[in-house]
Amino acid sequence: MSKQDSVVTVITTTILLCLVCSILVATTAVLLKTRQNANKQLEMEKNILAVAELVPDPSKLTRIQVLSIAKKSLTPALVELKTGEFYTDKKLNVMTYDFREAVKKVDLSDPLPHDQDPASIKHQERYAKVYLVHDEAGKLKTLVLPVRGYGLWSTLYGFLALESDLETIKGLTFYEQQETPGLGGEVDNPRWKAKWKGKRIVDSEGKLSIQVVKGAVSPDAKKAIHQVDGISGATLTSRGVNNLINFWLGPKAFGLFLSKLKQEKRQS
Amino acid sequence: MSQATKDLLLSPVVNNNPITLQILGICSALAVTTTMSTSLVMAVSVGIVTALSSMFISMLRHHIPNSIRIIAQMAVIASLVIVVDQLLRAYAFSVSKQLSVFVGLIITNCIVMGRAEGFAMSNGPIPSFWDGIGNGLGYGVILIVVSFFRELLGSGQLLGFTILNTVNNGGWYVPNGLMLLAPSAFFIIGLLIWGLRTLHSEQCEKPDYIIVPQHKLMKG
Repeated sequence: MSKQDSVVTVITTTILLCLVCSILVATTAVLLKTRQNANKQLEMEKNILAVAELVPDPSKLTRIQVLSIAKKSLTPALVELKTGEFYTDKKLNVMTYDFREAVKKVDLSDPLPHDQDPASIKHQERYAKVYLVHDEAGKLKTLVLPVRGYGLWSTLYGFLALESDLETIKGLTFYEQQETPGLGGEVDNPRWKAKWKGKRIVDSEGKLSIQVVKGAVSPDAKKAIHQVDGISGATLTSRGVNNLINFWLGPKAFGLFLSKLKQEKRQS
Repeated sequence: MSQATKDLLLSPVVNNNPITLQILGICSALAVTTTMSTSLVMAVSVGIVTALSSMFISMLRHHIPNSIRIIAQMAVIASLVIVVDQLLRAYAFSVSKQLSVFVGLIITNCIVMGRAEGFAMSNGPIPSFWDGIGNGLGYGVILIVVSFFRELLGSGQLLGFTILNTVNNGGWYVPNGLMLLAPSAFFIIGLLIWGLRTLHSEQCEKPDYIIVPQHKLMKG
């Protein structure tokens, strides 16, 4: 056995190599963290602007432009999901509130039992951050709701925008997903996303009715206005999107908030 | 630049191409070649990782115990890949979003490992560096050729600019959906290999066996 292969040399080289490598990796990760998070945040803001149709193509805007448009036209608000009321307390800061932090805290989230968790999110925050867009007269023009749920490989994080009647979809977008590029990843395709515009989420009886169907929606079907084409080659991702939309619009999430908001609108 | 360096740099592009001759790194060549921009970034990333990892491994080659050399090479490669991935996430966010998992998968790219084990372990740091760059180039050239055809025929665009106006956007071109799926890269790489080996017949491998009909064997 050569000197290089003695047990002591093997162990010392391994330890030294691992140390150097881990220091290298850790340093880059720590140094770049703030920049990466800023990128993620910006991507999210761009998606909100796109889904609320405030700008046609936010990917061309600079960071400053995005932030200034967002500041000018978006009003973030916290909603207590259980009561469906706006959160008015001062304890949580709307601007810095992050549901990803909230789901880690016992007092800000609830675990979801398996049978009540079609979107497979496991923990649901008690307060959700929604975005309101008002027109010049101060009336609600667009409501942007955060949605998320499991597709095939990953949790899809996105936003659903509703028109002022709170029953018609303005747009749907996902700002973070790791589905198969070209198949499930097509949830990010503008052409597929455009199919959501104008779809109605409640039927004539006022019941929640929105569905991603397998294949194409036949245009003369009675429920065509409540249905969106599935993505070909991505049955499980399409099913995931269907489940997460129904979950977040349903009674466990924004259902109560939406009906209260509609009632208010009718009274005013 | 000396002749030896030039050889190290250019021979992997045609004569000793990692994809078409050595048939390495096929998996990522299928995955990232739907658009040219992702292919370019992937090619650059692989080139940098191969060059740097070969250089570092070559520097360490006298100190790496033979019994753990593969694992030591992996440690170096993996660290470099993570650094590249982190850099992309910080400075080229949209591209890193498109490349998603494939940057991380450079670790398993056989080219990186192959150069480390096959070249860097027995050569000095500077030739190893050039060898890495050369192989990155060879990999990149194939990626760019493949993605050129896939993006042009699959979505009618090149580097995101519309060349053939597709029907979906109101034009005339009916895009070939197959080009967006992984098998099309197999076809294009296969055709490339065929073309290269017709031009450079020395690249053809000798068959391991000669197929002889059974009745001839019986007679003999």
